[in-house]
Amino acid sequence: MEARATTAGAARAGQAPRRGRVLPVVPALTVALLLLPVAAGLAGTLLPAFGILPAIGRAAPGLDAFRSLLDWPGLAAASRLSLVTGLAATALSLAVTALILASWSGTRVFGAIRRALSPLLSVPHAAAAFGLAFLITPSGWVMRALSPWPSGFERPPDWLVVQDPWGLALVAGLAAKEVPFLLLMSIAAMGQTDQARALTTARALGHGREAGWLVAVFPRLYAQIRLPVYVVLAYSMTVVDVAVILGPNTPSTLAVQLVRWMADPDLALRLQAAAAAALQLGLVLGALALWRALEGAAAALGRAWIRTGRRGPRGRALRVLSLGLALVSSTAVLAGLGVLALWSVAALWPFPEAFPDALTARSWARHGPELGAALRQTAVIAVIATLAALALAIGCLEAEYRHGLRLRAGGLWLLYAPLLVPQVAFLPGVQAAMLAAGLTTGIWAVTAAHLLFVFPYVFLALGDPWRAWDARMGTVARTLGAGPERVLWRVRMPMLLAPALTAAAVGFAVSVGQYLPTLLVGGGRVATVTTEAVALAAGGDRRAIGVYALAQTAAALLPFALALGLPRLVHRDRRGMRP
Amino acid sequence: MTRLLAALLAALPASALADPDPADWDAVLEEARGQTVYWNAWGGSTTTNDFIAWVGQRVAEEHGVSLEHVKLSDTADAVSRVLAEKTAGRDAGGAVDLIWINGENFAAMKENDLLFGSFAEDLPNWRHVDVSGKPVTVDFTVPTDGYESPWATAQVVFMYDTADIPGPLPSMQAILDWAEANPGRFTYPQPPDFLGSTFLKQALYGVVEDPDVLLAPAAQADYEAVTAPLWAFVDALTPHLWRQGRAYPQSGPRQIQLMADDEIDLAISFSPGEASAAIANFQLPATVRTFVPEGGSIGNASFVAIPYNASAKAGAMVVANFLLSPEAQARALDPDVLGYGTVLDLDTLSPGDRARFDAIELGIATLPPDALGPALPEPHPSWMERIEQDWIARYGVTE
Amino acid sequence: MSGGLVLEGLRILRGGTPLLSLDLAVAPGEVVSVMGASGSGKSTLLAAVIGTLGPPFTMSGRIRLDGEDVTALPPERRGIGILFQDDLLFPHLSVGDNLAFGLAQSVRGRAARRAAVEAALAEVGLAGFAGRDPATLSGGQKLRVALMRTLLAEPRALLLDEPFSSLDADRRAQVRSFVFARAKDRGLPVLMVTHDVADAEAAGGPVVRLG
Repeated sequence: MEARATTAGAARAGQAPRRGRVLPVVPALTVALLLLPVAAGLAGTLLPAFGILPAIGRAAPGLDAFRSLLDWPGLAAASRLSLVTGLAATALSLAVTALILASWSGTRVFGAIRRALSPLLSVPHAAAAFGLAFLITPSGWVMRALSPWPSGFERPPDWLVVQDPWGLALVAGLAAKEVPFLLLMSIAAMGQTDQARALTTARALGHGREAGWLVAVFPRLYAQIRLPVYVVLAYSMTVVDVAVILGPNTPSTLAVQLVRWMADPDLALRLQAAAAAALQLGLVLGALALWRALEGAAAALGRAWIRTGRRGPRGRALRVLSLGLALVSSTAVLAGLGVLALWSVAALWPFPEAFPDALTARSWARHGPELGAALRQTAVIAVIATLAALALAIGCLEAEYRHGLRLRAGGLWLLYAPLLVPQVAFLPGVQAAMLAAGLTTGIWAVTAAHLLFVFPYVFLALGDPWRAWDARMGTVARTLGAGPERVLWRVRMPMLLAPALTAAAVGFAVSVGQYLPTLLVGGGRVATVTTEAVALAAGGDRRAIGVYALAQTAAALLPFALALGLPRLVHRDRRGMRP
Repeated sequence: MTRLLAALLAALPASALADPDPADWDAVLEEARGQTVYWNAWGGSTTTNDFIAWVGQRVAEEHGVSLEHVKLSDTADAVSRVLAEKTAGRDAGGAVDLIWINGENFAAMKENDLLFGSFAEDLPNWRHVDVSGKPVTVDFTVPTDGYESPWATAQVVFMYDTADIPGPLPSMQAILDWAEANPGRFTYPQPPDFLGSTFLKQALYGVVEDPDVLLAPAAQADYEAVTAPLWAFVDALTPHLWRQGRAYPQSGPRQIQLMADDEIDLAISFSPGEASAAIANFQLPATVRTFVPEGGSIGNASFVAIPYNASAKAGAMVVANFLLSPEAQARALDPDVLGYGTVLDLDTLSPGDRARFDAIELGIATLPPDALGPALPEPHPSWMERIEQDWIARYGVTE
Repeated sequence: MSGGLVLEGLRILRGGTPLLSLDLAVAPGEVVSVMGASGSGKSTLLAAVIGTLGPPFTMSGRIRLDGEDVTALPPERRGIGILFQDDLLFPHLSVGDNLAFGLAQSVRGRAARRAAVEAALAEVGLAGFAGRDPATLSGGQKLRVALMRTLLAEPRALLLDEPFSSLDADRRAQVRSFVFARAKDRGLPVLMVTHDVADAEAAGGPVVRLG
């Protein structure tokens, strides 16, 4: 030990802990772990796009799949719809997030907004979409509450509100779920931007609160939440369940259409689906490039505006607007869930009754036993995937801290590849690759697949608070005789308990919400609350959907509650540990 | 010498694969005991899920087979799975043991050699199957050849809300006239959803001159001329549909939900007992009744099939055979359970088994068998394929 | 020259550019003050002596403590304590647990360790504070706890990184002489980085200017 330490040389004095051999390879290992399946999956999905799918006797490469895709009359409309709704949902989410932060960060109201985040984040996308659809559809709850008085409707009006051809309902539904996510990421990132002082400076220079925040804080914050924003963009463009429920279907978005082709009995359509997956990938990359260009343009405009020396409006209107938007979107999600809860105990509930004729426990009795089994399965997968993701994320971050192995921009992008590449474009290939490699279809394979999607979110949520930790604490602990391991476990982890648990809760919720990976990699044999819920959603039985949506939300909410409660309990007598 | 070689070669596949032989039923039962059968079946209906759970309970008691219901949102997911396994060279130990299947999915699997083989007609309970009266040996004009075993029959009916529509609408013209007078109160699931496509086929039967051309491949007929009246009908109907035809429900159950929400008054169903079952489950108002178009409606059967690489073939056969038992068939017919039509010929049953069927109350909205009218055969799949494509081009991508 | 802290031909490069170069000996009980403008490398020097210097810095030369070459040792095995401008008490631990974290492992047994912690608190006039939340202490109290935590680890040298700059002017002299006295009692070589001339004068030892 002594001898090895001496030869370690003066240049890296003192950086030779025992674990020094394992830790430095963690980042590379993680990138490989995430990237190999994506690459293999992409290859396995894209080969059929060029005509190669031996299982149905196609082995001659060619462009026929693309030709038949081009022949599909809805192609232009579906592609445009994906692009426009994706960009609009992302822009809207970011704008609302920025407005809320500009108007309210640091105030008491913001504390309330912050507390509402966990329940909002834990409502699964599909459940939120269902709830929203039932709220706003012409026979939905809002119209029932207004009928027959004062609306005068005895029967629901024939209005195209949900599934409108412009995708407005889809954009609204996506934004309602993505704003909480971007807010969470922003709050985590703001630990690293000295926003209070920057804002005070800007206001002292005569800017209004909101405008001052936008010029002084937002640019730095945006640089930190750029990746989450890209993730939102890629997700919004390729989401399937939400788009089926809220989006138009004449035609649907490209992602929905390609999943339909993939599921078509006519196996030749798999080739066309693969071609559509290639196109979808291209669209996402194009949208990301466009967004990047818009970022540059917006920054240039902002700088030009700052140089004019003009001061922004000190508007009360903006504050009211942002609070209104926050209220409406969160109410829509939570009320939607509440209405689904009501459906789960409803007997007959015809229009225009605002409440069911009678209540019955029949739906719960019917689904209870299966629900229990599915919840257990869900929890086992989510716990293992989250713990693994947390271990990898801490490994990467510690490697960065101890060995300066900071992932450069390129590496960071690779970590997020599973979130940026559309799921439908690589999961079928992953399935094929796992089968070819002889990996069984059990719970372990599913857990490994979940890790692909859980890790980036955990890393996103943990990275900023981890780096914001005062490294001098570590130095002090080292000089007090603590080795790097002891510093990690006795000082850093306890101090970062709250963000680590929040990251774990986010990861857990992500795992709970996975549908396609569970279905494809599990071979259908691994039943989680989400696979069960989506299968039931196909049937449209609101009572069953209500039961499973509540179960899904509860499964995701519990870890968030723990993440909030546990640090308070553990550090109850430590004022310095309060958020 | 050559004869010996030929005999050896002929014997090889059987011995090499050692698959269960349904003709030797005792051996099948023996092998099945202790097996776990993964039945991939659509999971969108609570009542079917409950029925499958009951089947699982019974085959476990009776034969020691444990049945796992893999709930699919689309049957094609299971087809994809088997296809992916074949791609990966996994020719044994597959994840799917039994699939609830019919029509296009069956045709696709059979054509691509993804199915185990002929077993259905060797099942012990096959002797009660009504081979001549029910559509159990031809599935969408494709001969089943025993590659799939029937377990339920279905026939198109229309559900209507008597609170809003006074009486049955006996023809496509009557439906069109009613829709013009009551715009926005009718829709059908969006093709290529199978129920939506079925509506188009039913409409085609209603307007076509010579129905027999539909049983041969579409390429053998003058497709344009045969379908012209259909498109004239749909063109006339679409502006009067729910949401003016700018949106459609995505599945049959969603369509029922629309009826429960009083958004529509008329809906198609492929199960004569569905309306009664939905009323019992609070999913439809008690004012809903059913009718069939004059001249008959399309009928078909639901089947189960075994993939070529299934892990528990013997167990899957045991489940398929149990589904054909009078006990299971009578239970499926009960509208409080499923309300599915039976595939059995009731005249061949023992008096005790017969009594099971006679005791069933068909339900308030279910037509008695003699009022159902003739079951029309499913057209050749090529018709459905082309009609779906045309429908999508005409109405499915209009925005 | 065997006792105390010795920096032998210490050269620090920042990304290949020379930042500082130093030969220095701090005798036991002596306080050497290092002064210099911001960016002159004061903190970098301390990091090099503690052993936490990382990229983009590289160094050459030797660091000896009581005659032993500690250049290649990790921070926890060098026996060099440090006090920062902020107290940096661990916020999740009680005052007593903060001290116990630093207390050398040679003190064994639960009772003995608790007694050592209590004695240390009593020494700085904070008897009975072991169960307190550090966040409830005043600035001067925190600094005293931080000092005792450092000393309980039984270091062979002490580094001070502008430790008094966060204190009011009137408390400053008092705390300063308190710290110096404790270090002198234990015969520790002290290397202090400061930009306050008064600190350097109070230390009474040699002054090194960087930059």
